[in-house]
Amino acid sequence: MTGLESVFARARTEGRAALIGYLPAGYPTLEGSQELLAAMIDGGCDIVEVGVPYSDPVMDGPTVQAASDKALRAGFRLRQLFEVVERISSHGGQAVVMTYWNPVHRYGVDAFARDLAAAGGQGIITPDLIPDEAATWMKASDEHGLHRIFLVAPSSTDQRLEMTAKASSGFIYATAVMGVTGTRDKVGAGAAELVRRTREHTSLPIGVGLGVRNGEQAAEVAGFADAVIVGSAFIQAAEADGTDGVRRLAAELAEGVRSPR
Amino acid sequence: MSEAGTVTTRRDPAAVDPPEKVDLHAPGKHDPDETGHFGPYGGRFMPEALVDALDELRDSYDKARVDPDFVDEFKRLLRDYAGRPSLLTEAPRFAQHCGGAQVWLKREDLNHTGSHKINNVLGQALLTKRMGKTRVIAETGAGQHGVATATACALLDLDCVIYMGEVDTQRQALNVARMRLLGAEVVPVKTGSRTLKDAINEALRDWVTNVDTTHYLLGTAAGPHPFPTMVRNFHKVIGAEARAQMLEKAGRLPDVVTACVGGGSNAIGIFHGFIDDPEVRLVGIEPGGHGLDSGEHGATLTEGIPGMLHGAFSYLLQDEDGQTIEAYSISAGLDYPGVGPEHSWLKDTGRAEYTAVTDDEAMHAFQLLSRTEGIIPAIESAHALAGAIKLGKELGEDGVILVNLSGRGDKDMDTAAKYFGYAS
Repeated sequence: MTGLESVFARARTEGRAALIGYLPAGYPTLEGSQELLAAMIDGGCDIVEVGVPYSDPVMDGPTVQAASDKALRAGFRLRQLFEVVERISSHGGQAVVMTYWNPVHRYGVDAFARDLAAAGGQGIITPDLIPDEAATWMKASDEHGLHRIFLVAPSSTDQRLEMTAKASSGFIYATAVMGVTGTRDKVGAGAAELVRRTREHTSLPIGVGLGVRNGEQAAEVAGFADAVIVGSAFIQAAEADGTDGVRRLAAELAEGVRSPR
Repeated sequence: MSEAGTVTTRRDPAAVDPPEKVDLHAPGKHDPDETGHFGPYGGRFMPEALVDALDELRDSYDKARVDPDFVDEFKRLLRDYAGRPSLLTEAPRFAQHCGGAQVWLKREDLNHTGSHKINNVLGQALLTKRMGKTRVIAETGAGQHGVATATACALLDLDCVIYMGEVDTQRQALNVARMRLLGAEVVPVKTGSRTLKDAINEALRDWVTNVDTTHYLLGTAAGPHPFPTMVRNFHKVIGAEARAQMLEKAGRLPDVVTACVGGGSNAIGIFHGFIDDPEVRLVGIEPGGHGLDSGEHGATLTEGIPGMLHGAFSYLLQDEDGQTIEAYSISAGLDYPGVGPEHSWLKDTGRAEYTAVTDDEAMHAFQLLSRTEGIIPAIESAHALAGAIKLGKELGEDGVILVNLSGRGDKDMDTAAKYFGYAS
């Protein structure tokens, strides 16, 4: 069983959803990001999603964009991603990487997969790589034992849900609303429906992201999904209160995923 | 693999098909494969949330391009609204500075709104209506595409939002006013380099949020499938007209066809008129900015490395980590770090060549055409003219060069006045 699979198995046994927290590597600095990610795990995140800062993050709202810019301005280099992942692994955490595809392509898809696996990383979430274009990644992920976490959206047709589910492993990332990342007052009503439609095509766990910011919303999403994914709210917590803020938010969300509604 | 690169078919060089008789929209051998790849380039590197909209657009366009009602309505608007066919003008006094070669100008500057951009926006705006969408968003750099889009939306009663980098809103204040007069909302984009690429990012974020009601009217032959093919086909009229006009007026095909390349829409449009004439060289001129060695340029095909940006795999200005490098050009319409995927394929197959001229070379050509022919070109198009000066010297007196004069220079007077010191 891979690290991710055992996380989901344990959560299922405990009758709860898993908690996945996102922060960009190198934000606000390389050292700082390692502390924030450690705080996230200490606070109760089951899986951390390490973002690769990128110059053109079209799926991200202003909060993640600003954090990515900060990391790049602080001098983040792609190879440092693997140090960050390694630190999480040695901290006992489970890391997946979230990255736009061009940095991986430029690094070399196979080399990236090899180095990520060596650092203990579990897989990659690919916001702008759809299975239709992923032949090289399918091969490299098989070779290096990494999970392929593709996205599904409320606009995905049943045919695409089926195709995407077949290409995925580890879990499936369901985007709750049509839009970019960022905290929202309400998680889209379409999220539960999307999870239901996706389940018809897969037995993989389904995580829901985009918009969740507090324990109450986490509890709501935990009522119909296998994982709750939180990003922008962690950046806002880090901006406001650093590691304390991140640990506190993780604890609140961890409680939320344990009280599914 | 598509046949996009097989360009060996030889036509009778004297064949003059009246442009109105040629079907520029029907599927053909220069189309990409089913998934939108020209060789390895193109494709769809896009969020899943937009795939359904791209499928819908592809299906709608595939039906429209073979529907006589759609094609006739498009042609009617080009004729009765945009003012096509655009003229072909010989430039003999300018040609004296081009090694004595003949120089012919395809006058896209004379189209309504002042550039080639109107061809594509009329086509896509008609398609928007056909898809039952009521709102259009677009990005703009120099403002030419934004003005053209705002114009088509006024004509066809569509809501219009234009994303424009904050830096560009300052460089092109007149065009901002023009778009607002036409009823469009102009949103200054303050993220990233605050230029064209960031305007595209912001438009994509809007699109993913409002895709049910909104069409993203992309302004160049780049982006995810089907945009590169669709935008190219709406601009093929440039090359089709130019080929017939050359045969009629010059009595022969040109030795070289040259056009500026930012995203590459005007170039792909004119190149396709000659793509099956293997004896005609196709030369794209990229913005060399302060010089290729300075690192401040937008010469994507000359200096870039293939990668993914804005939905397509194509040559790209990027660093070792795959981060996009900001492009620079004196021309606000050319400072784009990506390029349309078909150009990448034409480069690799050798069917087209790409080279760069600097800001100074372009501005010299800008002034020269103004003073020798009484035509003020857009600074974008001045890059193609600077290319013609070099190519003419290479070809000598027997040479014949066709330049795509993609736009007029009124919008650039502020930049030109500063550059030449006319303002004081």
